Amino acid sequence: MQQFLRRHPAVQAWLLLSPGGLFLSVFFIAPLFIVLIYSFLQRGTYGGVVWQFTFENFRRVFDPLYFNTFLRSAYIAILTTFFCLLLGYPLAYFIASRSPRTRSLMLLALMIPFWTNFLIRTYAWLTLLRTNTGLINTALLSLGVIAAPLPLFGNDFAIIVGLVYGWLPVMVLPIYAALDRLDPSLIEAARDLYASSAQVFRRVIWPLSLPGVVAGSMLVFIPALGSFVTPAILGGGKSLMIGNIISNQFLAAHDWPFGSALSMLMMTLMLLGTLYYFRSTLKAEADA
Amino acid sequence: MKRLIILTSLALALAACTQPTPAPAPPPAPAPGPVEPAKEIVMYNWTEYIDPEIYGQFEEATGIRVIEDNFSNNEEMLAKLQGGAAGYAVTVPSDYTVSIMIEEGLLAKLDHANIPNLSNLAERFTQTPYDPGNVYCVPYMWGTTGIGYDTAVMDAPESWAVIFEPDPASPAYGRATMLDDTREAFAAALSYLGYDINTTDEAQLQEAKEALIRARAGLAGYDSDTYEDLIAAGENVMAHGWNGDFLLAQEENENVGFAMPQEGGVVWVDNLCIPASATPEQKAAGEILINYLLDPEVAAQNSGFIYYASPNAAAEAFLDEEFLSDPTVYPPAELLDRLQYLRPVGEVESLYQRLWDEVKSAD
Amino acid sequence: MSTTPSDRTLGMGARLRSRLGSLSLSVYGVLGFLFLYLPIVILVIFSFNDSRSTSQWAGFTTDWYRQMIEDRQIILSLWNSLFVAIISTAIATVLGTLAAMAMERYSFRGKMAMDAVLYLPIIIPDIAMAIMLLIFFNVSGIGFQPWEVQFFGNRLAVPYSVIIGHVAFNISFVAVVVRARLANMDRTLEEAAQDLYANTWQTFRRVTLPMLMPGILGGALLAFTLSLDDFVITFFTSGAGFNTLPVRVFGMIRRGVTPKINAVSTLMLAGSFLLILISIISRMRSGEDEDAIQFGL
Repeated sequence: MQQFLRRHPAVQAWLLLSPGGLFLSVFFIAPLFIVLIYSFLQRGTYGGVVWQFTFENFRRVFDPLYFNTFLRSAYIAILTTFFCLLLGYPLAYFIASRSPRTRSLMLLALMIPFWTNFLIRTYAWLTLLRTNTGLINTALLSLGVIAAPLPLFGNDFAIIVGLVYGWLPVMVLPIYAALDRLDPSLIEAARDLYASSAQVFRRVIWPLSLPGVVAGSMLVFIPALGSFVTPAILGGGKSLMIGNIISNQFLAAHDWPFGSALSMLMMTLMLLGTLYYFRSTLKAEADA
Repeated sequence: MKRLIILTSLALALAACTQPTPAPAPPPAPAPGPVEPAKEIVMYNWTEYIDPEIYGQFEEATGIRVIEDNFSNNEEMLAKLQGGAAGYAVTVPSDYTVSIMIEEGLLAKLDHANIPNLSNLAERFTQTPYDPGNVYCVPYMWGTTGIGYDTAVMDAPESWAVIFEPDPASPAYGRATMLDDTREAFAAALSYLGYDINTTDEAQLQEAKEALIRARAGLAGYDSDTYEDLIAAGENVMAHGWNGDFLLAQEENENVGFAMPQEGGVVWVDNLCIPASATPEQKAAGEILINYLLDPEVAAQNSGFIYYASPNAAAEAFLDEEFLSDPTVYPPAELLDRLQYLRPVGEVESLYQRLWDEVKSAD
Repeated sequence: MSTTPSDRTLGMGARLRSRLGSLSLSVYGVLGFLFLYLPIVILVIFSFNDSRSTSQWAGFTTDWYRQMIEDRQIILSLWNSLFVAIISTAIATVLGTLAAMAMERYSFRGKMAMDAVLYLPIIIPDIAMAIMLLIFFNVSGIGFQPWEVQFFGNRLAVPYSVIIGHVAFNISFVAVVVRARLANMDRTLEEAAQDLYANTWQTFRRVTLPMLMPGILGGALLAFTLSLDDFVITFFTSGAGFNTLPVRVFGMIRRGVTPKINAVSTLMLAGSFLLILISIISRMRSGEDEDAIQFGL
């Protein structure tokens, strides 16, 4: 048996993959066919579908309105990812540089705020950010730091604050997981060769942490792109997000086939983007 | 292995295909004899939309235990039932959702013999356009959609013009919100323009869309969740919203007022209904619960607790005068004629949604 | 703080820079945590608010805690949330870790397709996944059967469909985090173990698993958190009579979310910190070394 497995690594791979793979095939891929099939059917008047084949849904998908919304959502998501990385990388590094026991406790401390309820957390930000009566503006006004309230609420700034807050731990976790692997002796070796801190970071630490950065960016970018509750509450709902459009098709417009078509298109685009992003970033680093 | 996975998923996908619509559970056959009501039922309700004491009283009176499930909007509840979720004895859809559910075969006809308290309803609520004769449902609470405002800062708005003709000199300019709800937003615009709020005429809808886009200049945003709090907190000055929300906000800030513009607007009714998927035992117990909620004293207790107007005429004897004369709960009589129900508009919903998406992304 | 061995080999200036580096890193870390806890402080404060509002202060009361304790349904929904999160995290962590190992360690035909399968649950819009699962459970005849279970003295009836739904989206999140750990991981130790005639299981248990642990822990924490806060998938896959805390809270949107939810959240925070405290105390008892900074810039 051992011999057989060693000689056939592909069999090993499939053995490892089969529990998760089977689970996802039955409980995700098979149901996914429903979305795929629905995207080619006609709408039932009030939800559900009529079993008539049509390409109409995919024709409607190519609407400049939806395309622009997609671009806008991508813009918000890119900014969110950027700031999550900016805040999350040093935080992950900080945690990874503690003693092993402290690390686990800090990881817990990182996640515990998110075991409270999402809506309540978002309302807490509302309390802080509101333009005329928010705690931040009130404090700054009474201290005389500013003369008029800052526009902290009901705009892209508030949306991005809310999203960065919500997804920061998701950026930190994979970077931490990658950094924790760092062997201190590598850094010492570099130091012994009189490398500067910047050099140590650029040549040793950053490349090793890159898989974490790539994974974290993906885990932040995708949900941020599809988000709509945070934009609705903190952004004042004055602009549309792609997650909103899709959700509205299923619920408000009772148009399941069109919602399915939009979902399929978005998934295809994002999947191609994700696979390309993973491959190119990691490959470029491997080549360097 | 790979082939196995593909085969499995294909088989399942096929299974999904061969049985097109998630079959609505077969309509429970009329039982030959009297049905023994279920001892434990699930009520599918909005959160905090019933005095919690009532469940205990009901269990004491009838021996039936009620578990409550919650939904946050009609569409979610509808989609879940359409997807085939069963096991609910009573659900609480709003008027236009009742129409949809009747059309989709999702509701069971009520057995009026089991609901003698039906006679307590006010006349107006026995002949609703969405369910004349209370065949499928019993009105539970009702209210209106209008404009809430900060009475300390501005006068009562008399016309929808305060929203659709934004005036930079108004204290509400840039400090107002509209409901983030396709049909409600269009209903406000259509009322302002003097059109039917259920129109399917594309030219009228385009005109309404233009009005909604003009209104954006004066809006802080679209908000269906926190708008009343934002007025109570002094952040905003005016909001398009449901009357019950402003009532709750009055508990925090007595300067929160509510007005129904003279052009009229939306009146809504939430109803007690029994899903078609309920078993005969669940249905029987559900009817006992509906009858219990229609009891004048219980209805008054409930209405007084959640602070919404009751369609139960007999309950008024048990409600205090202050509540009955509250203009936020009960719109002035002369306006009642100008209030309309939202009705489902069929496939024109896609057009509404498309135009609303344009409004939301206009700039 | 113990000195790192490399200090000895560094010059004065470099040592100072190194100290400054780790100091500013610490300051940064503290600021990062402050940012994470800022809204949490607000949340806790408003659990004592003498008004229905969760954003406008009106005086102190502990009434919401009394209401919370009296509200059996909300306490039950909290236990439901915890149970679903724990079970689905356990399953997803095992399945996701195994899948990550296969994807990162081997090349085989069909890998590209499996890559896609593993990313799709992250990419798919919540609502599409929720409705398709609902229809799937209904049409396939799997249904919404509850798992009757005794959990910390509470009788719960948790539909298998909810747990399956949570596992389905969590496998992918776990796999992505574990893969970040596995990428470029040094295989020499494992090879050495195998050269010493450790069998596959021993190698995995003694060498691979400990090295993977930070990734697994991170993935599990992420899965637990996502599961605990999920609303859409739970709502649609739960059948009748089952509620988690987020489902209850989202239902409150129309009438306004009350500080009762702040009270529940505060209770959960307190419980979590109590567990951490117990862990710290037990660590101090066992007398382990504190905070050795292993590598600083």
